[in-house]
Amino acid sequence: MTQTPMLEVRGLFKYFPVHQALLGSLTRRAHSSVKAVDDVSFALGHGEVLAVVGESGCGKTTIARTLIGLETPTNGEIVFDGKAVGARAKQPHISLKQLRQRAQMIFQDPYESLNPRATIFEIVAEPLVVHGMIKDRRERIAAVKSALEDAGLRPAEDYFMRYPHELSGGQRQRVVIASAMVLQPELLIADEPVSMLDVSIRAEILNLLRDLRQRRGISIVFITHDLSTVAYFADRIAVMYLGRIVEIGPAREVLKSPQHPYTKALISVAPVPNPRLRRERVILQGETPNPINLPTGCRFHPRCPVAIDICKVNDPQLIELSAGHQAACLLLTK
Amino acid sequence: MGEHWTLFLRNIQEFWRTFRQNKLGMVGGFLVLVATLTAIFAPALTSYDASEIIRDSNNRALTFAPPSVHGILGTDDAGHDVWSQLVYGARISLVVGFMAGFIAMFVGSALGIVAGYFGGKIDSLIMRITDVLLVIPDLPLMLVLVATIRQMELKISPLVVLIIVIGLLYWTSTARLIRSQVLTVKERQFVARARAIGAGHWHIIRKHILPQLMPLIVTNTVLILSTAILIESGLAFLGLGDPTRPSWGTMLNFAFDRSAISNGAWWFYLPPGIAILWVSLGCILLGNVLEEMLNPRLTAHHLEGEAGMIAIAEAESKG
Repeated sequence: MTQTPMLEVRGLFKYFPVHQALLGSLTRRAHSSVKAVDDVSFALGHGEVLAVVGESGCGKTTIARTLIGLETPTNGEIVFDGKAVGARAKQPHISLKQLRQRAQMIFQDPYESLNPRATIFEIVAEPLVVHGMIKDRRERIAAVKSALEDAGLRPAEDYFMRYPHELSGGQRQRVVIASAMVLQPELLIADEPVSMLDVSIRAEILNLLRDLRQRRGISIVFITHDLSTVAYFADRIAVMYLGRIVEIGPAREVLKSPQHPYTKALISVAPVPNPRLRRERVILQGETPNPINLPTGCRFHPRCPVAIDICKVNDPQLIELSAGHQAACLLLTK
Repeated sequence: MGEHWTLFLRNIQEFWRTFRQNKLGMVGGFLVLVATLTAIFAPALTSYDASEIIRDSNNRALTFAPPSVHGILGTDDAGHDVWSQLVYGARISLVVGFMAGFIAMFVGSALGIVAGYFGGKIDSLIMRITDVLLVIPDLPLMLVLVATIRQMELKISPLVVLIIVIGLLYWTSTARLIRSQVLTVKERQFVARARAIGAGHWHIIRKHILPQLMPLIVTNTVLILSTAILIESGLAFLGLGDPTRPSWGTMLNFAFDRSAISNGAWWFYLPPGIAILWVSLGCILLGNVLEEMLNPRLTAHHLEGEAGMIAIAEAESKG
């Protein structure tokens, strides 16, 4: 890839300090923190869709929030279109405000992400107001109208004066998407955009996102816990476990021949439409370990079905298996 | 601006439709409305001036004349018409109470929003000040302050002193209430979304936090008004009002000082007492009902909204 990637994340860390009780700080125990994101790096090309997959609590939402600047990273760098984000960076950088003009986020819960006391018009026009763009009233109405119609809400005028509580979940998520698209961003960060919706509406919203991507060529970071939606339209998949990417690669390849035992387990339990093709399921034992006290060695070893002794000691790094396909497992090094 | 106006009218209509069904609220509204109208149209309701001395046929001042002898509510010790004092007193009582209440509401909301939204050191500072003010008993503190400010012989009306002292001391409960609400609102996802869009603090407070607080602020204001009127009456009763412009509290003070009670002149001390009760009861009833109504979770709002949309669509197709 000779082009500069749309988005590049280098060595991202996000630790949340745990507030200790007075007694704890008196006894001088080591200051602990939740390691939500622990050394994550990836790149996203122009017009590419990267799916970040993992179970709840693995840090995928934290990554999304950090990308758009809702959380400040503990360490690491986010590079947007060749420019580091944030004023701290010395190289050519862009401010958060500039980033937010070119990158937008879609939140998980369409029932909560719309201000209940704002009309749909106000909500969709808000990014324009915030960034002081398209000041002319007629043009602004036209922009909102076309954004709503692109999001499948037509006739758009019918929605202008409505309030979010008058709309269904699917309609609300369309409003959220319209609002995100009104600035014509280059990057969309979608944090589980369909997980709160009825199954019947999911496909519509996913189709909408796919259409937008095909027509506008925007890049999407798609965060989900649902592998079936990933297979639907991701170009590449990053599988996360406890704050770290354990496998990343082209979507087809990862789904067809997963290399990391965790990915294998995830894929084996994903529902398959054809009952005759039922595979052998790998059911993981136990719970996700506490992200405050991570296991030593490979963080997956307490639940790994194929763990060997060395997994308790050595922390595996991502290794290149084939072009663009990487996994972090000690068993793969041999 | 057309659509904002339509929306506003729609909201008002919707509000009235729900409000009308609430009997207690209607009673409260009626009480407050009557008091306000009385204050506004005071000159039309009486033919005497509040400081005019009523004289009998022998040109002697008619003192402690019962209602059967003179007018609606008789006269006081100096021969002033009590009814005139009452209606003109409504102006003073309501103006002082409302102004003080609005100042308290404004200061309390502003400080509560700043404390809740920004948190950290600003929050601690504001909340410690609030704690201190909450701990000191209101009435003695206000007494001392009003008396001290008066001693300084500044060229301000005693009523303005009252307004400022009540307004600037009575915001603590509002500030705490608003702050706690801001703490929950600012964690909601639409605020995160606004931040993700790139909105600044001022935009978020104005467009996302404040609208969620409005019901609380409106309700709280109405309740604060009643307290402010009561406090004004208390201070005036203790002699801190303006004797040249008597409020209801000042009337009670006069009645008490000039032994209206031992003279059995009930028409002198009962009416201002009932008037104070009237207004504060009205405010409290209204406030409680507003609180119930403006909580969006308690209304069948979505259905009303649909009806409103249809109404607007019909109106537009006609016009």
